[in-house]
Amino acid sequence: MSNLLDLLVAGLATGAIYALVAVGFTLLWQTSQTINFAQGEFVMLPAFLMLAVMHAGAPFWLAIILGILLSLLLLGLGFKLLLVDPMLRHGVLPLAIATMALAIGMKEAVKQFFSAEASPFPSIVPAGDVWVLGRVVSLQSLGVLALAIAVVIGLTALLNRTSIGHQMQATAQNPTVARIIGVPVERMILLTFLINAFLVALASLLITPIYLAKFSSGEVLGQAAFIAAIVGGFNQVRGAIAGGLLIGVVDNLAAAYVSTQYRAAVPLILLIVIILFRPQGLLGRPEERTV
Amino acid sequence: MTAAGKYWRIAIGVAVIAALIIVPMNFNRYGLFILSQWAVMTIAAMGLNLTLGYAGQVSLAQGAFVGIGAYAAAIMTTQGMPLIAALGVAIVLCFAIGWILGYPALRVQHHYLAFVTLAFSTLAFLVFRNEDWLTKGIYGISNIPRPNVLGFATSRPLPFYYFCLGSLGVVSLAMWWLIRSPWGRAFVALRENPVRALSLGIDTRRYTLMAFAIGSALGGVAGTLYAPLTQYIDPVPFNLSLSLDLLMMVIVGGSGFFFGPLLGAMIAVLLPEWLRFTQGYYLMLYAVAVMLLLIYSPSGILGILDRYLTERRTKVASALRAVTKSRLETAP
Repeated sequence: MSNLLDLLVAGLATGAIYALVAVGFTLLWQTSQTINFAQGEFVMLPAFLMLAVMHAGAPFWLAIILGILLSLLLLGLGFKLLLVDPMLRHGVLPLAIATMALAIGMKEAVKQFFSAEASPFPSIVPAGDVWVLGRVVSLQSLGVLALAIAVVIGLTALLNRTSIGHQMQATAQNPTVARIIGVPVERMILLTFLINAFLVALASLLITPIYLAKFSSGEVLGQAAFIAAIVGGFNQVRGAIAGGLLIGVVDNLAAAYVSTQYRAAVPLILLIVIILFRPQGLLGRPEERTV
Repeated sequence: MTAAGKYWRIAIGVAVIAALIIVPMNFNRYGLFILSQWAVMTIAAMGLNLTLGYAGQVSLAQGAFVGIGAYAAAIMTTQGMPLIAALGVAIVLCFAIGWILGYPALRVQHHYLAFVTLAFSTLAFLVFRNEDWLTKGIYGISNIPRPNVLGFATSRPLPFYYFCLGSLGVVSLAMWWLIRSPWGRAFVALRENPVRALSLGIDTRRYTLMAFAIGSALGGVAGTLYAPLTQYIDPVPFNLSLSLDLLMMVIVGGSGFFFGPLLGAMIAVLLPEWLRFTQGYYLMLYAVAVMLLLIYSPSGILGILDRYLTERRTKVASALRAVTKSRLETAP
């Protein structure tokens, strides 16, 4: 029982990070029909940007700020202007395939220019344990959970409570009508790309201390984010959050109660079951089928 | 198409086939291995082209289907069974798995097949790695025998290359026939305009599913050749990156074009050998090149060629029209 509680806390902590990545993923899909197969690599890269800044002699806090700024520039603005904008007119699938090529390119670039080995990464939450309700809980798990929840709450507030958020939602739901009623659609789409870049940079900052910085670490993360987004509901931000938390918990429970060999299979089977029985996801609304 | 154009095409085809048969005769072992690999990967890419180019679906599991075929061949032939039996098992297995995977995914939106196949790719890799009793896990299966085809032993590299090339020929002919059959026309119809295809009475979902299942089965066919080619298999070659590589091959060559996979596989398999001097940067440059190509022409290299030819043909046609028109006007 006590073991179960630990697993739940650890699961929620990783799940909250998955949720950040999955939210960015669904935002891109909603506002610009971009299925970003490089989303995992987007999480991998900021950690290396920060490491590069630190290697140049900067302190950790400066590296974080510069890393986030660089991700906004590269993964937000650059990604939109250089790949998505020219590709979008070709349709959803060519763009999705282009992001797969981008994923390969990013992985190889990091492997070549940085290192093929895993590098340690400092944690922004100090290591140690705290007593919560008479139990020992890792401070890192709690810190990650708290930060991720704060970001998710902030984002939800931005989307639901502010004018910009409403304009973004309008852009996502119906760009034509949004444009007619005076929403600066282009700017809102750019904003979602920047938000996505911010979310992946943050996720990178939170998850890399746990799994180390490695060029290939995006594969697992990207897959977890897709699964979270689909299980929760591809067209809903809250669905992505719920899906992320669920996948995190399921992943941790599977590691403990299913064989370690087939741990990775459990979320995949969950994905297939969801697509079979509730294709719009747990919290999603049904979309018209196009096939 | 004009008759002269048709003869030109046939002449080029015959020349390419003759070159593929004659040129490699004095190749060394490694050169033949690479060429055989090209033939095998082309078969897998042709299957994927049916799914992607003709039915408009992204499959990220073609590498896993190659793996299933390869393991079927490795397990059965090391037990003394003939390769043809393994081929049958691989085709049936991959077709059935493709059908089962595609069925739920195609109920929803088109990109769902990409997600389901992505998940399946990872699942298949886990099974290859973990089921030691069947696949010998990470140690892999070695000493996979090469078959006797029509009484000829193919254990040496050159005969085996001819065996791969012959298989590629058979698959190409079957594909050529399939695309020109009513089925193939239905595949194209549902890629070009699914709503219209549906209104013409084509059961789009069933045809899409069929294209995906046949494409997957061709992945299995490629796998049954891959195992005797390398004579040793372990799970690593069949991970997600093989599926992505195959996808890139189809895209680069030109998805939806019959010769796209042949060209794409040639670029993906042979180019790294020629670009050795770029060392580790090769894949990175390749990825960038693929992105640039996709921006310029989403239908690949053959797409560029096709656009050029169409433009020229329209120019010729409009010139002819202008000539006829002026003649009509000047005619008394």
